[in-house]
Amino acid sequence: MSDDLVNIEVNGVAMQARRGQMLIEVTDANEVYVPRFCYHEKLSIAANCRMCLVEVEKAPKPLPACATPVTEGMKVFTKSARAISAQKATMEFLLLNHPLDCPICDQGGECELQDLSLGYGSDISRYSERKRVVKDKNLGALVSTDMTRCIHCTRCVRFGEEIQGMPQLGTVGRGDRMQISTYIERSVDHELSGNIIDLCPVGALNNKPYRFSARAWEMTEHASVAAHDCVGSNLYFHVQNGRVKRVVPRSNEDVNESWLSDRDRFSCYAIEHEDRLLRPRIKVEGEWRDCEWSEALERASTLMQESIKSKGADSLGILASPSSTLEEASLLAKLADGLGTANIDHRLRMLDFRDQAADPQFPSLGRRIAQVETLKAVLVVGSRLRQEAPILAHRLRKAALLGASVSFLCPQRYEYLFPVTAYLDREGGSMTQQLSALVAAAAEVTGKPLPEKVHTAIAGVKFGDLHRSLVASLAEEGESAIFLGLQANRDAAWADLRALAGVLAQMTGASLGTLSEGANSAGASLAGVLPHRVAGGADRSKTGLNTVQMLQEPRSAYLLANLEPWADLVVAGAMEAFKAADSVVALAAYAGSDLLECADVLLPVGTVAETSGTFVNVEGRWQSFAGAARPLGESRPAWKVLRVLGNLLGLEGFDYDSSEQIRDELHGTLGAGEASSSYAGGHFPITAAEDHAVEVAMYAVDGMVRRSLPLQQTGEGRAEQSAARDSAVAG
Amino acid sequence: MTDAADKTALLSEHTRHEIDHWVAKFPVGRQRSAVIAALRAVQHQNQGYLTAELMDAVAAYLDLPPVHVYEVASFYSMFETDPVGRIHISVCTNISCMLNGADKIVEHVEKRLGIKTGETTADGLVFLKCEEECLAACNNAPMMMVDHKYFENLTPEKVDEILDGLE
Repeated sequence: MSDDLVNIEVNGVAMQARRGQMLIEVTDANEVYVPRFCYHEKLSIAANCRMCLVEVEKAPKPLPACATPVTEGMKVFTKSARAISAQKATMEFLLLNHPLDCPICDQGGECELQDLSLGYGSDISRYSERKRVVKDKNLGALVSTDMTRCIHCTRCVRFGEEIQGMPQLGTVGRGDRMQISTYIERSVDHELSGNIIDLCPVGALNNKPYRFSARAWEMTEHASVAAHDCVGSNLYFHVQNGRVKRVVPRSNEDVNESWLSDRDRFSCYAIEHEDRLLRPRIKVEGEWRDCEWSEALERASTLMQESIKSKGADSLGILASPSSTLEEASLLAKLADGLGTANIDHRLRMLDFRDQAADPQFPSLGRRIAQVETLKAVLVVGSRLRQEAPILAHRLRKAALLGASVSFLCPQRYEYLFPVTAYLDREGGSMTQQLSALVAAAAEVTGKPLPEKVHTAIAGVKFGDLHRSLVASLAEEGESAIFLGLQANRDAAWADLRALAGVLAQMTGASLGTLSEGANSAGASLAGVLPHRVAGGADRSKTGLNTVQMLQEPRSAYLLANLEPWADLVVAGAMEAFKAADSVVALAAYAGSDLLECADVLLPVGTVAETSGTFVNVEGRWQSFAGAARPLGESRPAWKVLRVLGNLLGLEGFDYDSSEQIRDELHGTLGAGEASSSYAGGHFPITAAEDHAVEVAMYAVDGMVRRSLPLQQTGEGRAEQSAARDSAVAG
Repeated sequence: MTDAADKTALLSEHTRHEIDHWVAKFPVGRQRSAVIAALRAVQHQNQGYLTAELMDAVAAYLDLPPVHVYEVASFYSMFETDPVGRIHISVCTNISCMLNGADKIVEHVEKRLGIKTGETTADGLVFLKCEEECLAACNNAPMMMVDHKYFENLTPEKVDEILDGLE
C-alpha cells in the first residue's frame, strides 16, 4: 500500500504492520498472545524480562518480541518448539528466586507470573540453593512492598521516570544483589503513585490499605466513574459481599488512559468511616434522635413547607455539592422549581458571580481531554493543576514533552515535572494584572484591535518580552489553549480573569477552557442547579440567590445535599447562617460535627459507590454508572431520597423507577444538539483588580477524600493537615 | 533554588571544578553521563567513601533525580556507600590471578593487616575490598590495586613491601 507498511508472517498468518513497529505491538493488534512481564504499551521498552522471546526465521537466536522491529518478509513463530523452549527457560530463571508464597500473596489469583508459570513453568525446580531474600521497602501509606517477589521488570522504575516525571524508585546494586529501591527510605509521593500497583506484574508492589482483606476471585467488578475531579476517570469498584474492597482503573483512552489518580483510587477507604451516617436522624429540642425514614422525611418536608408558608418560597436555599450526580442535581432543581424558589446553587467555592449571565451551558475544557496532549502552546491560569486534576496534568505533561510551550500564570509557582516555558507569578503583579499585560501584549504582537471592554483594565499596564513571547507562542500556528483552573474559579476576580482570558483567546486563536469543581459541575449546570438558569440553560424569569448571597443574606430554611459547611464552603459566616436558620435539612453520607451542630434533619445517603448515577465531565462526556456496593446501614441513594421528598412535598413529576429515567428525561429536555460550552465574553467593565485566591488542598476536596485515612497519611495529606493546624492557630 | 544550593554546599571547590571538567565533555543536557566522574571526585574528597548527603549533593549539582546517582553509586564496585578506610586495596581473584596464587596473596594481606576482606583496619587507614573482578592485568598475574595504582607479579614479600610503604 505505502512504503510505511511491511508484510510479515506470524505463525504462518500474513500480517501488515507499520515499519519500525515492534513485533509485540503487531502480535497484540492481531490477537496473537506473546507472554511478557516488562513490556507495557504506555512505557518505554526495556526488554529485560526476556519472557517474550520468539523465533524469527534466519535469526540465530530467539528474539524479544518487544524490542524487535518488524521488517519486510519477516517470518515469526511464537509457538514453535524453539520459542516455547526459550520462554520456558526464561520462566525457570524468573522462578529461581521467586518465593512460592502465592497462598499468602495478595496478587495470587490475578498475578501475571502465576498465570504464565502455569503454562511455562516446570512442576519441579532444579534449583536447590538458597533463594534470595530482599528487605521490604517502606514506600508510604499507599503501596505495600514484598520485594523478595520482585522479578526486576522495572515497570515501576520506568513509570516514575516517564509518566510521573519524578524518578524515585531505581535499580540499586547489581547482579544478584540488584534491588528495586528508593535507596534512602522515603515515601513515593506523587498524585499518580498508586498506578505502580497495577503495573507490577507480580506481588511485589500492592495496594497497602487493601492488603490481606480479600482475594481476587471473591470479588465482583463494577464499572464506575471517579468522583473527585472534573476529569471523570473510569474505574472499577471491586466488591466483596456488598462492600468495596478496592478501586482499580478502567482503561479509557479518551479520558484516563490506563491510569488513575491516588485520590480516585484510595478515596474508597472512607466509605466505612466512623462518621458515616447510618440511620436517619432528627433533632428534637436540641437532642439528636435516630428515627425511621418515614419520620425523618415527613419532618424534612414539614420543615421546608413551614418555612415557605410563613416566609415565602424565597426563604428556602438549596446548596448542592458539585459532585452530586446528574440525577440528584436534576431532582434538586425540580424540587426548587416545584417549591417556587430560585435560590439553588452548586458553585460552593465561588466568590464572584458578576458575569454568570455569560456562562456557557456548562463549564468546559473547550476541547477533548485527549486533545490536550497534541497542543502546541498552553497557558494555564490560576491552577495547581497536578492537585486539581492529576490526569489533566499528565496529559499536559505529555504535550510539554512533545515540545509544547506550557506556561503558568498563578499566584505562586508550583512544581511541574516537565519543562515549563514561563511562570508568571505574584511577583509580577496580581493574576488580573498579569493577564491584562498579556492582553496588551497580544494587541502589539498580533496587531489586532483591543475590544473596548478591556480598555480600563489594560490602562497603564506594563508588559515585557516575557509577555510578548508567551502571546506569540499562543498565536503561532498549531493548536493552542488557555485553561482557567480552580484557583481562578475560586478567585474574587473570577469574572475579570475569565473575560480577560476570553479576549486573549480570541486575539491569539487559542481555545478557552475552564476546570470545574467536583466530578459533576457540568452536570449540575446542565440540570439547572443554578440561581440564574433552569435545566437546559434557559434564563430563569427571576434570578435567585447564589451561594454567597444565600449565606450573607441568611435564609430561614436550607436544604444541603452532600456538603459539609466547614470545608466545602469558602464564604465566611456559613455556619452562623445555618445555625441561625429555622431549619436545615441535610442529605449527607457523613455526619461531621458541623452538620450535627447546625442541621435539624439528617438523611443518610450513599457515597458514589452506593448509588447509580451519571457524571458529566469537563469535556461534556456523560458517563453513567450503576451502584457498586450495598448502601451502608439504612442509607439510600440520594436520588431515591429526593424522589420521596418530592412526593411528600406534593410536587409533580417525581415518579421515577430508576435513575436512568431521570437522566433520559433531562437528556430529552436538553435536546439533541451539543450543549454550548464556549464562553462568548461578558458585558461588564473589566478591571485589573487585586485578586484573592482560595486554596483547597488535594486531599481536602470533599468529605470522602477528607476521610480517607490512607490519603491523609501520604506526604501531601500530612502537609495539608499541618498547614490547616497552622492556619487554625494563626486564626 | 536555595534548596539545591544548600545541598551542593558540601562539595569542595576542587570537586566542583572536577565535575565541571567532566560535564563539559558531554553534550549539553547529558550531564547524567558525568555521574561516575562526579562520584569519583566526591569519594576522593570524602576520604574514600560516599554518603547519602554527598550523593544528594551530586544530584543537586548535576540537576538529576537523586535516585539516578544512587543507582550508579551502588552499581560500581569502585564506589563505597558505607564508611571505609581511606586507602582501598583490591586483590584480583579472577581466573588468571587465581591460577597464579591470588588466594595466597589475599590470605597474606589479611594476615598482615589483621582484617578480613570487606573490613577496614582499626586505625581506619586501609580498606580491603571484598572481591575484585578482573582488572585487566592478566599478563602479570597475580596483581592488586592500591587506590588507583597497579602492583603486579605479586609475592608475599612484595606485598609486605607495598603495605609497609602505605601512609
